[in-house]
Amino acid sequence: MYAYDEYDQTFVDERVAQFRDQVRRRLSGELSETEFKPLRLTNGLYLQLHAYMLRVAIPYGTLSSTQLRRLGHIARKYDRGFGHFTTRQNIQYHWIKLEQAPDILAELAEVEMHALQTSGNCIRNVTADQWAGVAADEIEDPRIWSEIIRQWSTLHPEFTFLPRKFKIAVTGSPNDRAAVKVHDIGLRMLKNDKGEVGFEVMVGGGLGRTPIVAKTIREFLPKQHLLSYLEAILRVYNQFGRRDNIYKARIKILVHELGAAKMTELVEAEWQQIKDGALILAPETVARIAAHFAPPVYADSPVFTPEFDVLRLENPEFKRWLKANVASHKQPGYAIVTLSLKPEGGVPGDMTADQMDAVADLAELYGLGDIRVTHTQNLVLPHIRRADLPALWRKLTELKLATPNIGLISDIIACPGLDYCALANARSIPVAQRLTEKFNDLARAHDIGELKIKISGCINACGHHHVGHIGILGVDKNGEEFYQVTLGGSEELNASLGAIVGPALPADRIVDAVGNLVDTYVALRQNGERFLDTYRRIGIAPFKERLYAAA
Amino acid sequence: MPLLKNGSIAADPWKNVPEGEALPPSGPVILPFERWKAERESLLGRNTPLGVRVNNTQAVAELAHDLDRLEVIVLEFPKFTDGRAYSQARLLRERYGYRNELRATGNVLRDQLLFMQRCGFDAVEFEHADPEAAWKASTATFSVFYQPTGDGRTPVERRRLAGLKSV
Amino acid sequence: MIKSKNLEGTQAVTANRLRDGAVVFLTPGHTWSRHINDSAIARSADEGATLLAVGNQAAVERIVVEPYLIEISAEGGAIRPLSTRETIRAFGPSVEEQRPLETVS
Repeated sequence: MYAYDEYDQTFVDERVAQFRDQVRRRLSGELSETEFKPLRLTNGLYLQLHAYMLRVAIPYGTLSSTQLRRLGHIARKYDRGFGHFTTRQNIQYHWIKLEQAPDILAELAEVEMHALQTSGNCIRNVTADQWAGVAADEIEDPRIWSEIIRQWSTLHPEFTFLPRKFKIAVTGSPNDRAAVKVHDIGLRMLKNDKGEVGFEVMVGGGLGRTPIVAKTIREFLPKQHLLSYLEAILRVYNQFGRRDNIYKARIKILVHELGAAKMTELVEAEWQQIKDGALILAPETVARIAAHFAPPVYADSPVFTPEFDVLRLENPEFKRWLKANVASHKQPGYAIVTLSLKPEGGVPGDMTADQMDAVADLAELYGLGDIRVTHTQNLVLPHIRRADLPALWRKLTELKLATPNIGLISDIIACPGLDYCALANARSIPVAQRLTEKFNDLARAHDIGELKIKISGCINACGHHHVGHIGILGVDKNGEEFYQVTLGGSEELNASLGAIVGPALPADRIVDAVGNLVDTYVALRQNGERFLDTYRRIGIAPFKERLYAAA
Repeated sequence: MPLLKNGSIAADPWKNVPEGEALPPSGPVILPFERWKAERESLLGRNTPLGVRVNNTQAVAELAHDLDRLEVIVLEFPKFTDGRAYSQARLLRERYGYRNELRATGNVLRDQLLFMQRCGFDAVEFEHADPEAAWKASTATFSVFYQPTGDGRTPVERRRLAGLKSV
Repeated sequence: MIKSKNLEGTQAVTANRLRDGAVVFLTPGHTWSRHINDSAIARSADEGATLLAVGNQAAVERIVVEPYLIEISAEGGAIRPLSTRETIRAFGPSVEEQRPLETVS
């Protein structure tokens, strides 16, 4: 993974000093709250319901054991002993004090981490596929390009006061695990017919109040032009994005209002002016960064061992865990293990400091010290020898990180919601908790199969409910918490936005409603269809009918 | 409002002449962009320094052919959160080769001075208890820069490629 | 978020403390307490406006950030917010195990 050189380290240290001074000037009164707020947001520090919330960047979801340990230390020393992984591969701490924030950033800088640009109207954390570097279907490791974009976007002097936030995602695989189609810029790596690798560039996707799927504005962009093309897009957006209404300020609105053709024309015209300038990527630059992401030297690993075989035959829990949480690796004898942060009754995406320390150790012991964060709020150990799976599974089970539910009904995505967030209209976590309790029978969960439930506590859609197979949106109806259900959303490359089933349901009926929807699917599915497939075949009517008949 | 030029307080000899107001018989004048476009011929006949004030929705490309006739261009930050003038500044400097004074006005705060300088501003109208100290501190906050702009600094990547050590 | 609208009914002023972000309530002595039961109670729109002005002054003095009025009930000596949101703010997230509030410094 990327390691800072002296320049990166100097930069992040200078940034800590800058923020320390900004906090000092706020506390002394030299800066008003109005002046300070964008500055603290550019450092990922929000004022939420209960305290300041700090969002720490985890670039493209990649962490070392050392870094994970430091995140646990920060949870313990400065927070309440836990952290929350987000749908953009970052981590949030809910109980931070402003006056300690500079010290926290200093401790993060020691392990090459920061909280830069995790908030504010600037370019945010670049997210990528959590299986980058290990998935068999990968064309190229997207993290090389994510790191290049990360550096270019760090305190970009022209693009620090955009109309609104700006999110970029990169996938290196045709099976997109990075939700590129619902990002402001989505980049998909592909090969042209000459066998050259480049990017499909998609612009103007997003969720929130106005969910839209991104439009392709360039089918193939050669790699060396990546930064100049992004600069062209950002310059067009910075100049023409709406600034009169914060709900209409994202680039998706600009693309929608201009049309994809006009947007393409503007970007291409700007790009023509700069494409052969200083932003061309030198092959040495790419090679140097790519070297950080070179595949590790894999020790030999037999594909099966007796212990593994026996356990798989004798232990249905282990077998279920293999099926749901363990995926094939491109290196024979290795596996990709997803750690479920969705235990029964748990808060989706939360992890205690003790768990973080333990996983850091496990990653070192079994996994080359490499940990990933998914945008579905789970963690991944991407290099595990198959022979080590039984031992790892036992340890993860003790840590309550082995619930065999990845991609299944209880692998729920939920934003922090009204329990923590100043923007929320309703709570989301308790709904998730009650759903995991209702569907705690893992055999049944496996029978139900792939079912992605996503819950947002407000229209800002941080829970990505628009792209949930079942999406749940919390709303406030006359001071009561109600929940609106959508069906059929998907964030894969053939992305779709969920359709509203009917009137919002009160809090005490939402959990049974999900049960009803599942029953409808199970009754009507054919030929091994997933929930999404059945929905796409039969449409919303059968679900709606049964749901509101029972109401 | 103090004027900082290249980090030092400077006298401001320029007179803003808004729409509808008569031009003074002599002296350096800054005209709003629309007025410049309308009266360009007669303005170029004046034997005094000329400047233009552009708001952040106007296209600076329209000034491209007159840049050697203008001694100051003023760009606006109506709110400090409105960053359109950063793009306008870079286009003027890097695309169209403007070399004279490029001035920022409006809601200019100390924490944006470095970004402004990087984008090509060499002058700011800036209210502060100690503007020179603020400029000096702000523009010295960082020694590492990731993006090439027209500001003359060597971005990190070029230093890496040249094998240079950080200063 | 209700900021400085003039609300009818019983109200209190709440804010977040600048230094640590803690949820606090304006007391009759014009100090700030972590406990909603210590709140000064406004019983009219005018009283509310007066209390809010005190809160705004505390923001200027850099004690708190973004004070605003909330609707409360004050029956039987226990003050409770009327909205779910303010209840969660006053008493903590509904999903964390109860931790005692840190002592007010």
